[in-house]
Amino acid sequence: MTATLEAAAPSPAGEIPSFTVTLRIRRFNPEVSEEATWEDFTVEAHGTDRILDALHKIKWDEDGSLTFRRSCAHGVCGSDAMRINGRNRLACKTLLKDVNPDKPITVEPIKGLPVVKDLVVDMEPFFASYREIMPFLITSGNEPSKERYQSPEDRAKFDDTTKCILCAACTSSCPVFWTDGQYFGPAAIVNAHRFIFDSRDEGGSQRLEILNDKEGVWRCRTTFNCTEACPRGIEVTKAIQEVKRAMITRAF
Amino acid sequence: MAHGTAAVAKVDSPRSPYVRRKTTRGNYELYSWVFMRASGVVLLVLIFGHLFVNLMVGDGVHAIDFGFVAGKWSNPMWQVWDLLMLWLAMIHGTNGVRTIINDYATRDLTRGILKGLLLLAFTVVVVLGTLVIFTFDPCPPDAPAELLASFCTA
Repeated sequence: MTATLEAAAPSPAGEIPSFTVTLRIRRFNPEVSEEATWEDFTVEAHGTDRILDALHKIKWDEDGSLTFRRSCAHGVCGSDAMRINGRNRLACKTLLKDVNPDKPITVEPIKGLPVVKDLVVDMEPFFASYREIMPFLITSGNEPSKERYQSPEDRAKFDDTTKCILCAACTSSCPVFWTDGQYFGPAAIVNAHRFIFDSRDEGGSQRLEILNDKEGVWRCRTTFNCTEACPRGIEVTKAIQEVKRAMITRAF
Repeated sequence: MAHGTAAVAKVDSPRSPYVRRKTTRGNYELYSWVFMRASGVVLLVLIFGHLFVNLMVGDGVHAIDFGFVAGKWSNPMWQVWDLLMLWLAMIHGTNGVRTIINDYATRDLTRGILKGLLLLAFTVVVVLGTLVIFTFDPCPPDAPAELLASFCTA
């Protein structure tokens, strides 16, 4: 065998096709203007690139003032929920080729929460609702000397709602939340569900009491926006209905 | 790597910060939610029963005149039926519009005014309707006999 490896030119076979894509980003900078405006950026992207990669290209190469949140960049931390082509998604889990790159792709901050700058919103009202439902294990009596056992069947009851990453995609997709932001929102209810249906937890009735509020589960109109928006595939509306049912069986 | 700075369109200004104003716990919304389901089922029976008796039985729609209505309301069963239909439909509908106002009105003042109008409309219709059902005179004096129910002349 003769050594001809050096001579072989890099094959284009494995190359990923690249294309140009336009991102129409809603910019807002309160130090410059009280008005938010749309701004177009055109970047070169690969077929494997996500919205987040395009945003990085803009921020690193074109306009360093573009502001957005991201942390792990792999769909786990829940930092980069944004409204992409009118739907709430994680920028790090949405491939450009899946949102029709032939037309400008609109990128907006998630709705219903106060915008701080560009794509960054103030998450505080969202986390305030989350804290209200007491998202921690509540027990009574002495500290056990061994683990708190749970059967696989009991675990399965709330398995779906343990997946939440608190990205606010569901809450900020809810039309009831958009009205005045007083509604607890799907995310808070999902995280209450995670403890209400946990056999080891003893704070269930307290949590039901908290969500039996005028702004609690009864404001849900089952529009399923939250279920569609959830990047983790949690059946959010179903979880809310299960909490409603628990309240009704408790009351009657 | 072209860079377009053209502002495409103006968008509404971002929201001002807010917090949940107060806790409003209680079973009110729970009972209202259950009532909507229960009254809905009962109304299905009442309304389709009403439509069947008025439009399908006997001569059907051609039988409806003053005498027909007078005949029905001289029967306590139909008085209760119509009263129940009036009250359930009005409470069910009013409660439904109330939730719509809650969902769509963004300002407290708008919400208050709309709910006030709703309550006024509710009160007028329910009071008037109830009054008619109970004070209805099936045989008014000096009315032409052919318009009245058969039991008036007897």
